[in-house]
Order: sequence, then structure tokens, then C-alpha cells
Amino acid sequence: MQEFLQQLANGVAWGSIYALIALGYTMVYGILRLINFAHGDIYMVGAFAAYFLARAMGVGTVVEASPLVAAAVLLGSMVICAALGVLIELFAYRPVRRSSRITALITAIGVSLFLENAGIRIFGADPKFFPQVIAPRTIALAGGVMVTNHQIMVVVVSVLLMVALTLFIQKTRTGKAMRAVAFNRDAASLMGIPVDRIITITFAIGSALAAAAGFLVGLTNPKIEPLMGIMPGVKAFVAAVLGGIGSIPGAVIGGLVMGISEYMVVGYISSTYRDAIAFVILIIVLLIKPTGLLGRNVTEKV
Amino acid sequence: MIRIRSVLPLFAITLLCLAALQGCAKRETEIKVGEYGSLTGSTATFGISSKNGIELYVDNLNVQGGIGGKKIHVLVEDDQSKPEEAATAVNKLIAQDGVVAVLGEVASSRSLAAAPICQSAGVPMISPSSTNPRVTDIGDQIFRVCYIDPFQGMVIARFAKNTLHFSKAAVFRDNKNDYSVGLANFFTESFRGMGGTIVTDQSYSEGDQDFKAQLTVIKSKKPEFIFIPGYYTEVGLIARQARELGLNVPMLGGDGWVSERLLEIAQDALNGSYLVNHYWEQDPNPLVQGFVQSYHKRYKATPDGLAALAYDAAGVLANAMQRLSTEDPKAFETLSGPPNAEQKAARAKLRDLIAATRDYPGVTGKISLDDHRNAVKPAVFLGIENRGYKFVATVEP
Repeated sequence: MQEFLQQLANGVAWGSIYALIALGYTMVYGILRLINFAHGDIYMVGAFAAYFLARAMGVGTVVEASPLVAAAVLLGSMVICAALGVLIELFAYRPVRRSSRITALITAIGVSLFLENAGIRIFGADPKFFPQVIAPRTIALAGGVMVTNHQIMVVVVSVLLMVALTLFIQKTRTGKAMRAVAFNRDAASLMGIPVDRIITITFAIGSALAAAAGFLVGLTNPKIEPLMGIMPGVKAFVAAVLGGIGSIPGAVIGGLVMGISEYMVVGYISSTYRDAIAFVILIIVLLIKPTGLLGRNVTEKV
Repeated sequence: MIRIRSVLPLFAITLLCLAALQGCAKRETEIKVGEYGSLTGSTATFGISSKNGIELYVDNLNVQGGIGGKKIHVLVEDDQSKPEEAATAVNKLIAQDGVVAVLGEVASSRSLAAAPICQSAGVPMISPSSTNPRVTDIGDQIFRVCYIDPFQGMVIARFAKNTLHFSKAAVFRDNKNDYSVGLANFFTESFRGMGGTIVTDQSYSEGDQDFKAQLTVIKSKKPEFIFIPGYYTEVGLIARQARELGLNVPMLGGDGWVSERLLEIAQDALNGSYLVNHYWEQDPNPLVQGFVQSYHKRYKATPDGLAALAYDAAGVLANAMQRLSTEDPKAFETLSGPPNAEQKAARAKLRDLIAATRDYPGVTGKISLDDHRNAVKPAVFLGIENRGYKFVATVEP
């Protein structure tokens, strides 16, 4: 039982990271109907941005930073990635927005490969060790379950960001505009909503969330490298589809399901199936409920 | 006009070819040796240490006049820590650069990918530190100057059972890595043979970031120690995550742990653990101290076991060339020439002379190559305390 609870706790922490990345996928898809394959690589850039920011602020591998510095590193990497997301949208996606969806998809794959290889060129292919922005401390919970302050932080930060995002979309004018663009881009444009600006904001927010995930992964698993975004990117995409792409609570649930099931598979079956499980779940869900767990049924308009 | 335009490039190319040929003619006093290694990627310190070791040996040799009046020119290719890139690198070294011998790799997976190319081209390859037994089984052109995993696995099992008095082991292996799987199997076999039990055998894949699921299972089986035959990048993370889960038993590992980065990643998490190395840098042997000092002077670092083995691999090759130059000067002469039939015959002679290496005085001990082209050498146990290493024991074969 203790073992099961431990796996569950680890799975929730790991799943929260998938959820954060999945939110970016889901937002962009909801508004543009574009699967932004470069999203996993933005997460990688977020981890590297945090790495260089922390180093610039004098955090070594041994020295612990103050909470203020940690917050500055997190916000700094979110801002850098938001800017990167906006640039990618401006230079890669906007020119092809009126083209067919397959063009946009291939552009996204191109951007992804570009970021990966630019990462190898700029950061180097060897793994870097993320500085101890916050020193790890082990906390024993009831039932002998051990968690670290990092894992708790991951869950707390993820939940906070998700709540903030939901409030933003439901309660603010910009959020209302985003929902309108998602509903019908042309009609929204006719109502005087600045569609381009809304799309830019969407990319900025999605990329900032990915950067937050990159920072949190750097804290818990302090090894970062330029290709680290590929697998989490794919898994987060599966999480978004699983929860119902376009749905924010769906992305969160999908991420948690992925994280927990991964842990259970490694813990009770074999680590060989770690990556396979994501796709097995995806296939099963799509067979039973093609729109995902929380996806709405959309009838094709003719 | 059009005619002249189309002829001009041809003319230019011809000129270039002539220039290149002349360049070759001028370089006749150089023997080209290839080296491939992981200068970047997940095991970058392996390749960099090896490159430094080889460079140090060859530069010293060249300063002292080289071999038989010829200098050694080492061409280095990076394989990015990937087996497929290792094969490409060796192909290039042999087909394009025309090297007469190849030095490399550390990781057995990458040596296994490149060795068949050397074997079919008839170019001798000396691996400094690939310990998987299958590497030299590829063929008679493939050699190594280190011990092999059946020995390494056996001494680790013996050390755990007889010196540390442990009888319950957990094995945590890297499933994607030939070295790790081989070493895990040899350890398991020996440890069971000595009456020990393996309480659980878990696996991960190179490049994983998160090991807590497997470590949770290991913790629940209550082993006395964990044997992790992996590479330093993952080992450091595994150690940290184990301590975070409250799994505080010692960890034992093989020569894949040997890297200056190991303790940088693991911090205090590996205190009380043990690893096997190929040599001990504070060995009072003057040969070792001379090497350590000149390495330190040049690279501002202490040479690790892999740098020492690479130094010896270059030494064994140079020693065989030296003997070739005295025994058959004519064949030796062709080594610096074009890769023609005469050179092929000379390479075969060089191969025989490498195979005949006996009692070569290396910094990692005396090197004699056996019938399977493997070196028979002692293993050195090091303990980890307060983010530093201490000598524990030397185990003779």
C-alpha cells in the first residue's frame, strides 16, 4: 500500500508537468486548429533560459538561491519563452495562416526541428546540470510516503497557473475575445475583435506555461539537454488529445492520467513500456470517445 | 564564350586535384591514425578524457622524433554519444582519410557499431575502454587494453559479498546499453554463484530523467545495496532521487561511473558508495605519477581512468609500429603512403604485432593481450566519501 501511494504521489507530480505543457497545446489548438509541434521545444528553451538566468544571478550547483531569485528565474524564463512564442507565430505561422491546415502542420514540424538543432548548436549536445535554485528537502507524509519540496512546488505552481488561466479566459475581456476567436474567427473579426492580437496573446501565454514546466523539470530532475522536449512534447500532446483537445480542464486531467499511468506501468510492469503506455491509452480513449474525455461533440458543418 | 565557361571549372578542379596530390606527397612522413569518440552528447567526458590521453601520448612521441623518423597524425571524429554516428565517423576515417589504425571507443555500444567496419576494411582498431566481451569477438582486427565485463562483474560481486558482507542486492540496469546489460548479467551470475540473492532487477533507458518509479519498487524490496552498471549522467540523477525517496543504502558501480561530472551531479548522494576503476591516480609508481603530472600540466585536471586507458591504447599502437619499423622497415614505410595493396599487407603485419603485445608497461598496469585480443589486468576499487574518492583495494585477475 505504501508503495502504491508513493507511486501515486510521484505520478501526480510528474503528471502536473505534462498538464502544464498540454495546456499550451490545447490553447493554440482551440483557437487556431493548429497542432503546435514546436511546443515541446519551447519547453526545452524554457529550461535553458532558466538555467542561464540562474547562472547569471550567481546560483551555482551548490549554492541555494533565495526564494526571490527563484521567482525571478521562473518569471524571467516565462517572459523569454513568451517572446519566443510570439516570434514563432509572427514569422512561421502567420504567413501560412490562410493556407491549408497541412501547410501549417508541416511548418510546425519545421519549427520544432529548427529549435532542436539550434539548441544543439547554441547550448551544446552534452547535458547541463540545472543549478540548485531551491535546495531539495525530503518531506515524509502519512503512510511513509516521501515527497520533496520540489514535487510539492510542481503541483502547487501547476495548480496556481491552471486556475489563473481559467479565470483569465472566463472572466477577462481578453479571455472573452479568445473564446470568441476560438468559436468563429471570421465572425469575431466582424465584431471588431483584433484577431491577430488575440492569437499573439494565446501564443505568448501557451509558451510561458511551457517555460514554467521547463523550470519545474529543471528543479526536480536537474539534467537538461536540447532534445529533452521531444518526448514530453509528444506525451503532453497525447494528454491534450486524451482530455479533449481545446478543453483546459481536459488538458489537466489528461496530463495527470498520463503521469500516473506511466508511474504505475514502470512500478508494476516494466520500464520498457514507459513510453508505449501513452499511446495505448490514447488509442483506447479515441476508440471509445473520439473527442477525448472532456471534448465536446462537434458536428461537421457543411 | 559558353565553351570557355564550361571548361573553366573543370580546369580549376584539375588544378585543385594536383594541389591536393602535392599536399599528399609532402605529408609522406606522417602516419595517419583515426580516433572516434563522444566529444559531445550524454557521455561527453568519456570522449574528452580519451582524446586528451591520446593527444598527450602522441604529442610526446612526436616531440621525441616520432617512430622511425615518421610523426603520428591523429584525426579525431565526434560521434555525439550515438552508435550510428560512431559507424559514420569510422567510415569517414577509413574511406576518406585513409587511416592505418583506429583508436576508440569507450562505450561498448559504439565500439560494437564501429568495429565491423574496421574489421572488413582490415584496419586494426584498439578500444581503450569498451569492456563488453562481444566487442573483440567482432574479429581479429579488434583489440582492447582494458579488462572485460565478466571479470568486472565478478570482482564487484566478490567485493560486495566478501569485503562488505552484503547478501541482498538490487540491480538497476540501463536496458538500451550493451555495456550495462552485459555487466548486470555477469554480476548477477557471480553474485548468485556466491550465495547472494538479487531481490529485484529493475531497468531504465539512457536519457531518462525520472527514476523514482523503479526506485520506489527497489526500496520496497529492502536490498542491502544497489548495483547500477550505468553511465555517470544517469547514475548521478538516480543517486539523488534514491536519497529523496529515503533509500539510503550504498550503491556499487562499474567503470561507467568514471567521470569528473559524477559527483557534480550526485553531490552528497553517493557518499558511502563504491566503484571500479582502471587505475588509481595516486599510485606511487613513477610511470603513473609522471603521466598524472604531465596531464595535469597540460589540461589542468586529474586524468580519470578513461584518459589513462586512452593513453595506454595509443602506447600499445605506437609500440607495435615501433617494432614494425625495426622488423620490417619496408612495410613500415608504406604506412605513411597511399592506402594500396602494399599498405594493406603492412597493416596485417601491424595487426599481428599488436596481437603479440606482451608486458607493455602502461600507466594502467602491465598490458598483455590474450588470444581473444583482450587485456588481462587488475581492477581498482574506489570508495566515495565527502564528494571525493579514496583508494580501497586492487583486485588481481
